[in-house]
Amino acid sequence: MKQEYIITVFSENHIGLLSRITIIFTRRKINIDSLTVSESAIAGIFKFTIVINETADRIQKVVGQLEKVVDVLKVFANTNDEMIYQEIALYKVSTEFLFESDKVEKIVRNSGARILELTREYVVIEKTGHSDETQHLFDELNVFGVTQFIRSGRVALTRSTIERLSEFLRERDALLEQVD
Amino acid sequence: MATQRISGSEAVIKSLLEEGVDTIFGYPGGAIMPIYDALYDYDQQVTHYLTRHEQGAIHAAEGYAKVTGKVGVCFATSGPGATNLITGLADALIDSIPLVCITGQVASPLLGTDAFQESDVMGITMPVTKWNYQITSADEIPEAIAKAFHIAHTGRPGPVLIDIAKDAQFGQFDFEYKKCTKIRSYLPEHPVDPFQVKAAADLINNAKKPIVLFGHGVILAHAEDEFKEFLEKTGIPAAWTLLGLSALPSNHPLNVGMLGMHGNYGPNIKTNEADVVISIGMRFDDRVTGKVAAYARQAKIVHLEIDPAEINKIIKADAPVLGNAKKSLRMLIDNVNPNTHTAWLEEFHVCDKIEYDKVISHDVYPKKIGLTMGEVVRIASEKTNNDAILVTDVGQQQMIASRYFKFNQSRSNVTSGGLGTMGYGLPAAMGAKIGRPNREVFAMVGDGGFQMTIQELGTISQYEIGVKVIVLNNNFLGMVRQWQQLFFEKRYSFTEMKNPDFVGIAKAYGLASQKVTSRDQLEGAIQEMIDHKGPYVLEVVVEQEDNVFPMIPTGASISDIILEP
Repeated sequence: MKQEYIITVFSENHIGLLSRITIIFTRRKINIDSLTVSESAIAGIFKFTIVINETADRIQKVVGQLEKVVDVLKVFANTNDEMIYQEIALYKVSTEFLFESDKVEKIVRNSGARILELTREYVVIEKTGHSDETQHLFDELNVFGVTQFIRSGRVALTRSTIERLSEFLRERDALLEQVD
Repeated sequence: MATQRISGSEAVIKSLLEEGVDTIFGYPGGAIMPIYDALYDYDQQVTHYLTRHEQGAIHAAEGYAKVTGKVGVCFATSGPGATNLITGLADALIDSIPLVCITGQVASPLLGTDAFQESDVMGITMPVTKWNYQITSADEIPEAIAKAFHIAHTGRPGPVLIDIAKDAQFGQFDFEYKKCTKIRSYLPEHPVDPFQVKAAADLINNAKKPIVLFGHGVILAHAEDEFKEFLEKTGIPAAWTLLGLSALPSNHPLNVGMLGMHGNYGPNIKTNEADVVISIGMRFDDRVTGKVAAYARQAKIVHLEIDPAEINKIIKADAPVLGNAKKSLRMLIDNVNPNTHTAWLEEFHVCDKIEYDKVISHDVYPKKIGLTMGEVVRIASEKTNNDAILVTDVGQQQMIASRYFKFNQSRSNVTSGGLGTMGYGLPAAMGAKIGRPNREVFAMVGDGGFQMTIQELGTISQYEIGVKVIVLNNNFLGMVRQWQQLFFEKRYSFTEMKNPDFVGIAKAYGLASQKVTSRDQLEGAIQEMIDHKGPYVLEVVVEQEDNVFPMIPTGASISDIILEP
């Protein structure tokens, strides 16, 4: 059965690595629903957070093939309930709706969103949350007309206290010594 | 080590020398000219072979790597030179062949501008290399090449490509070389876990009907001796994949033959009767397993494998042993009990007898008028006392040659397994002969595959590479025709070939050659070819519509292997 997985790829920061990672999904015709690249808490090590909808079996095989990439250090696959995650969404609506009634203001207030910028023509609203929440706000605002919309890739952390990679790096050093 | 100020191009050559390279296959062009210019001064240390096509160069490097165990090296220029390497890269990746390919690239300011002979070599080669890297500054050269060699030949080997911009080739810098031994993000192999070995040994020690399936991993790990010791201690019958061929002598009493689609009858059906399957350095390719859902369901699976991504990829392992086969086998030998499986082994011999009567005898000692591929293979093998290196192309001749050629020593079978690259045979045989000049090297090719890289006869002629080419000519793309006959109602859609006069072509290249059309000429002609010093092309006209049996039809279970149409 397919379900949403968050794949976290820890890697060196090398040119072209993004392609090396995405072609592994492309080869199996797996669509990437969301992708975020950022530095991790460990200097020099980058983190790709990839959201895909797949079966556990295929996830396991993809993880194995991702870990084969020379510049990849370690890959984790988690279900949504194993991680704390957020996405950020920005919405642009015409300012006139804000003044016509208090409906837009109430929607913003009730959804925990905030207004980032207010001009004579438009207002930009920001909301952080899971995609169903940011989607819900979109639907509500779109009654008035959302003229621009963007949702970021997912950012996610585990519930452990440290970056999971720290432990891995220590183990890896020991393994590399052993192989010599 | 003292540094010296040299050009990037010279640094490329010096780096290769530091890695022990003495043989390069390649083809020059605009963007790699500075490297070729530097090479000109090193002709005492390095022999470069100018092939007739970059595909020829890379397949030659593969053949060289397979027989020597060293890293194969090839050069090509930017754009079309580099794109002509793609088939070879894909072939080397799927068959785990260590290669370092160096391509020239347009000067770095021109990258991305559609400059003359510019192509996105990094992008194109990414899916078909183990690692690739682009150099835009001369001082990156030694480190990148050191890393390339480390990655290419350690762990599960594979092809690496280094793309060097022309300005980096011209750039001057202080050269210093340091071999790469460690990369943080790259663990070539896992240390073998004694608990995994113990679990595997328990299954093996309690097995009543065990079978060993061995592949390329045994050869790549230089584990032939340990493998033999393991077999002889446990008395387990062992069957090979196409790339495992020659790791165990053909006449070894525990060698029960070939697995898969055109493999032997016994090992195929017995895989589905065994209680424990011990697979060593193989990856359960679909040509080996047939229908996966009906493959070895009754058996516990032990899987010795260096690549973690292969474990549980196709067949779930009950006792995986992650690591280098040589080390895993060493530990396994110490944990298994001495045993024999005489009655079980006898069951294989019963199968052999059935297969011999129904298939093999007709292939290798035919009574019909037309020549068979099988008899040609048998005679070539016998006349070289089973000591030759066999290089095959892809198709019927590949399957027949793999079935009937016999081997005494390892690293003697060179073929394109995973990718099934037609045109591989002739250039790979050149590389094999260059790597092992004192051994007889046969290139066993069909009329189709031969013509895909036939231009390499020019290379063979120029450098007098003593390859013995046997063209098994049935005037058909034989394997496709066989499938058309069996599964497409004999609709021979574009498989018949009008061929040139192969002897005439060979002679035009200045090569000795002869054509054989009847049985009474065959032995003499093969002997003449073997006795001839230097390259030789022997065309043997074989039966047009012969089929390769046994056969597991696509999608069928290995138990449903058919011995005759």
